[in-house]
Amino acid sequence: MNFKHKYLFLLPGLLVLLGILIFPIGFTVRLSFSSWDSFYPGLDFIGLDNYIRLFTDDMRFWEAFGRLSLLSLTTVFLQYVIGFSLALMVWKQIVFQRFFRVLFLIPMMTTPVIMTVVWRTFFHESLGPVNDFLSLFGMQPLWLSSEILSKFTVILVEVWQWTPFMFLLLLAGLLSLPKEPYLAASIDGAGPVRTFVYVTFPLMAPISIGAIIIRLIEASKIMDTVYVLTSGGPGTATETSSFYIFIKGLREFQFGYSAALSLTYLVIMIISFTIIAKILTKLMVRGS
Amino acid sequence: MNRVTKISTLAVTASLLAATASADKWSDQFPHIKNTGDIAGECSYESMSKKDYGGQKLTINTHAVPVMGEPTALHAEQFSALTGAEVKVIHTPAGDLYSKAMVPFQAGQAPYDIVFGFSNFLRDWKQYLEPVPAKYVNMPQMQDVTQGHIDVNSWDGEMIQFPIDGDRHYLKYRKDVIDNPEYQVKYKAETGNELRVPQTWKEYGEMAAFFNGWDWDNDGELEYGSAEVMKKDDLMFAAFFSRSVAYSKNPRVKGGFFFDLETMEPLINGPGFVAALTDWVEATKYTPPGGINFSLGDEINSFGGGQTLFSFSWDDAFVAAMQDDSPIKNKVGSAPLPGSDSVWNRSTGAWENTYNQAPYIVWGWTAAVAKQSKNHDMAFDYLCFFANDANHQADIAIGRFGVNPFRKSDFIPEIYVERQGWDPEIAKQYSETLLAMEEGSANRVFPLRVPGVFQFNSAVATGTAKALAGQLSPQEALDEVAAEWTKIVKRIGADTVREAYAVGVALEDAE
Repeated sequence: MNFKHKYLFLLPGLLVLLGILIFPIGFTVRLSFSSWDSFYPGLDFIGLDNYIRLFTDDMRFWEAFGRLSLLSLTTVFLQYVIGFSLALMVWKQIVFQRFFRVLFLIPMMTTPVIMTVVWRTFFHESLGPVNDFLSLFGMQPLWLSSEILSKFTVILVEVWQWTPFMFLLLLAGLLSLPKEPYLAASIDGAGPVRTFVYVTFPLMAPISIGAIIIRLIEASKIMDTVYVLTSGGPGTATETSSFYIFIKGLREFQFGYSAALSLTYLVIMIISFTIIAKILTKLMVRGS
Repeated sequence: MNRVTKISTLAVTASLLAATASADKWSDQFPHIKNTGDIAGECSYESMSKKDYGGQKLTINTHAVPVMGEPTALHAEQFSALTGAEVKVIHTPAGDLYSKAMVPFQAGQAPYDIVFGFSNFLRDWKQYLEPVPAKYVNMPQMQDVTQGHIDVNSWDGEMIQFPIDGDRHYLKYRKDVIDNPEYQVKYKAETGNELRVPQTWKEYGEMAAFFNGWDWDNDGELEYGSAEVMKKDDLMFAAFFSRSVAYSKNPRVKGGFFFDLETMEPLINGPGFVAALTDWVEATKYTPPGGINFSLGDEINSFGGGQTLFSFSWDDAFVAAMQDDSPIKNKVGSAPLPGSDSVWNRSTGAWENTYNQAPYIVWGWTAAVAKQSKNHDMAFDYLCFFANDANHQADIAIGRFGVNPFRKSDFIPEIYVERQGWDPEIAKQYSETLLAMEEGSANRVFPLRVPGVFQFNSAVATGTAKALAGQLSPQEALDEVAAEWTKIVKRIGADTVREAYAVGVALEDAE
């Protein structure tokens, strides 16, 4: 029997894939070889000019990338630690368990841009309630306009918003763990700390790695928090790669160049996450 | 009072009287114009009610509520009620107005019949816009628009954007402090200088520093020296240019403020601009806490809320301060931007030790009709209705609307006294300040309107933000901006940028 016609059934799916995935990427690649901007709209061909400009004459992009690395690694690390702690807290039977599980998820269910506006209002240095309160103790921290504190504020908002996501994944992982290892550990007389170190943490390693990588991918695209809180300032203190690409593409309308930035960024991210996943696997799975 | 002003006064008085007669008919239905009623004209309520656009749809892309977004939506609702048109209003953040229209423009699509934006978009947008038809350009409503704002909305003599707003940067100050005899004595005793409306940026800085960080209006709160737009985004560049004009715009040197028109060399890192940026970095010491992160909204709230002695930018902060619900209503004054005791002469390569002042006619809100739109008549009628006499006079009284004076008849103090309860002296000072910028100076600077204007302004914002944050010295920061400008000029083409820049320079040099 000839089954070649079966490929026809794959055609709709392939066309959709082509339309929503392959075409945009292909178009972006083509765009990156053009000088499309506000004055010259169109797909002319300028070869590798945009890439040469990026690698030889755009320190700002690389500085933004360095900042992004700092912000994303810090936020995801904190999200993992706090998310794991909260998940452990409501994993076992505790009073108001359901209430806490829902409570911890609320930040994730809010709209990021709206909540960032709220945070910005809280942290407004001269008109916001946080400094209003702190001024009672003679303090007026510059949450948004100090080079160091502005980074801290961005991290704080990101951690608040996305720790619940980490919490959710890790709690799901905890709830799916087998009971036998715990029974064995109990028979061997292991206390809570030893049980966590030698049973829970190793068993959770694959889920942890997945959760960390998913959050790192999301955190590496950090944009709305920076846009609303600081616009990348003061100076360029909180400017990240995605915000910089946004400025070049949609503020300055340098479509061709921003396409080159996006693709370079994509390649760097793929390589980085592959390396990070391997390191985490080595440390958390094989290491344990 | 010059002849134009006298004629305008008569015109306004006549229109007020005429309005009284027709107030009942239309203001009952549209309370927004309750103070004047309908005012006769080509695009009045009466005229629009005779049009029939039933079954037709008009799509408008405008700014977010309230600034410009609220009047757009309000007048869309009124227009719809009068003509039967279906009007869809889409609200967009300021930073995205340019790209949201530009993307479909470049793709040859027409999702919007009318696009709102800023007048400095003009060079990039103009090939996608329908020029304003002669019947609108020649109507009496348009004849009332000041020449400066006709120029701002035109390209090489052809009107392309429809004047709906007027904007300029000027100084706002706390009159109850500067005119206070006790503070004048105290200031003189402690500094040796007169406390007066600052004539130079140096005086501005000294006074702002003196009145920074103490409760000088006895409201139990700390007050500060100055509120300024310093947040790194697409508006801070305008604040920087306002501080730069006095040091850099030399009336005896023609041929460009931003570039040397002949060579297209950027002038942005010249000594005049560096002096201005040095002042601005100093200003971070007398702004409220977090002032380096103030957006335009923060500036309006800060000065309008009584938190600072000075402010300079668009009209909104002043109008907000003069609204009925303001704690400082009738306690604020207006004046031209401060000047400087010396001005850089790039021809001689030396400072001239002479007083210099230059108004900066900043771009303002404007709107235009897309060339690809199939509803040109209806779209222009909407814009004409938006800016008709009754709507305009009601709109300029509401600070959050962002509609500011741009007509000769707007500079009559009586309208602010009678309709908005302003103190006559403040109204007179306000009208004279604005009018002097329109007609009284021969040393004005117009906004940069060249291809890729956003790239140039973005470079200025980044460079100056680095200086304000202490990441670079003023000279280093502006050298970086100049290097970036040189690259942009090279990418776009020096001749292309020159051709566009020459249009603005011609306006400046003609004075």
